[in-house]
Amino acid sequence: MKRFSIFSLARNALTGHRNWGKMWRSPDPKREYDVIIIGGGGHGLGAAYFLAKEHGITNVAVLEKGWLGGGNTGRNTMTVRSNFLREDSVPFHEMSLDLYHQLSRDLNYNLMVSQRGMITFIQSSAANRVALQMANTMHIYGAEYRMLTLDEVKRRIPIFDPSPDMRLPVRGGVYQPRASMVRHDAVAWGFARAADARGVDIIQNCEVTGVRQEGGAVTGVETSRGLIKGKKIGMAVAGHGSVVASMVGQRLPIITQPLQAWVSEPVKPILNEIVVIRSYYGTYLMQSDKGEIVVGQGCDPYPSYAQRGTFPIIEDATTSMLEVFPSFGRLKLLRHWAGMLDIPYDGSPIISKTNTKGFYIDVAGSGGFKTTPAAAKTFAHLIANDFPHPLAEKLGLDRFASGRLVQEGGVSANR
Amino acid sequence: MLEIPCPWCGLRNENEFICGGEAQRKRPADPDRETDEAWADYLYNNANPKGVVTEWWWHVSGCTLWFKIDRNTLTHEITPIEELPE
Ligand SMILES: Cc1cc2nc3c(=O)[nH]c(=O)nc-3n(C[C@H](O)[C@H](O)[C@H](O)COP(=O)(O)OP(=O)(O)OC[C@H]3O[C@@H](n4cnc5c(N)ncnc54)[C@H](O)[C@@H]3O)c2cc1C
Ligand SMILES: [Zn+2]
Repeated sequence: MKRFSIFSLARNALTGHRNWGKMWRSPDPKREYDVIIIGGGGHGLGAAYFLAKEHGITNVAVLEKGWLGGGNTGRNTMTVRSNFLREDSVPFHEMSLDLYHQLSRDLNYNLMVSQRGMITFIQSSAANRVALQMANTMHIYGAEYRMLTLDEVKRRIPIFDPSPDMRLPVRGGVYQPRASMVRHDAVAWGFARAADARGVDIIQNCEVTGVRQEGGAVTGVETSRGLIKGKKIGMAVAGHGSVVASMVGQRLPIITQPLQAWVSEPVKPILNEIVVIRSYYGTYLMQSDKGEIVVGQGCDPYPSYAQRGTFPIIEDATTSMLEVFPSFGRLKLLRHWAGMLDIPYDGSPIISKTNTKGFYIDVAGSGGFKTTPAAAKTFAHLIANDFPHPLAEKLGLDRFASGRLVQEGGVSANR
Repeated sequence: MLEIPCPWCGLRNENEFICGGEAQRKRPADPDRETDEAWADYLYNNANPKGVVTEWWWHVSGCTLWFKIDRNTLTHEITPIEELPE
């Protein structure tokens, strides 16, 4: 791997940036691998990276049906945070934030972590209660999450000037200073480049269409590029969990729902923090480094694989945005898109073995960009050792039969 | 915007409805005799197909009828499968 540095930048600038070289190889698939990862998003590529780096397993392939990061990794709104409700969630998400803050160095790849902080407007007494409970739980794990008075909110967000007849009055806010924005494509590319350097084969345009088994254990995958044998198979396919898991007859406690986002034309800096309107389940917006106002809300309210959104969400989000920031009514819409999320019944990620020996699953769940490094690390641990990483012990499929759910559904939304 | 065919009201915008999930699930006849896994399968697991699914819809902001339709989750094509009793 050619390391990036100020010197490589200077050298390549002098030669007109024509000699940078490829960031990873594009090998033909080998006949057999120790581990096959299905899905070349951040979760799959990260798992391959940690398998090689932390477990010395380098005979690994990542199979991606399209192009790297073309799934949800390249579609999300880049928000990473750890404000969660349950004791089983907070340390996991904290580990992810820690990793995000150090990965640029480890990967020698700039993930452009921009620590803006996130402010959630408190617009109901239920949200106030939840915020206090979250703040207390997070405090136990050393994560800062604190209530803001209305004046503090206004001071931090000068363009916020609430009118007295707002439908849901803003009484204050709750603030996570460490919430950040991370360049999402860079996460896929950085992991891919570092995994490739350790010997992982990254194979794009290679769709997995079936899983071969013998005596209840996996032996390989059928793909659009032929049969590839593998001793262990890890699935990290975000919006296609049920489709791929059904190849081994595994039913999952999820539904697949679209999530939309849209951005305005770029404008001068006006909004520093990531802002969540209408408490936890509402609209969120932020200003990207490029200056665009990025807006999103919850999932479309029914299952869909169509990878496009439905209009009521846009209308609803726009209404709530304009109530708080009327001046944004002048912004022009630049782009709009959707991805597909596999939403588990309790809203928390699933990192688990299955009934088929050697078949492991990572279901990113609702807001799986923020979990990417932690999920990748704990998924690699599970695949390598056959038992869960301590921070992902509660995230297995067995929680549904035991009834020990990690309920985050109502409060965490996506983002 | 989906237009959902309510057997009573006809085609209506999706935001008048709540999707009630897959209609194929069968409640185990004798829950006390089920294993935890089988009970959890009934409670939580979905077929979640990429394709046609039979599902419940509830016309909550309309006539409040619960009814089933076939809906393709990839193309959003909808086929009514219930008629009103005479
Ligand atoms: C609009 C939007 C906004 C979001 N905002 C946020 C946010 O702000 N913060 C946050 O934390 N999360 C957010 N998310 C969620 C987050 O993007 C995803 O949870 C996360 O990216 C999932 O990562 P992944 O690597 O598991 O999936 P993906 O990046 O989707 O990768 C899965 C890959 O698997 C491939 N694949 C599927 N089937 C097969 C097959 N049969 N064979 C081979 N390959 C296959 C796909 O092509 C895809 O590239 C958002 C999502 C969307 C859509
Ligand atoms: Zn009706």
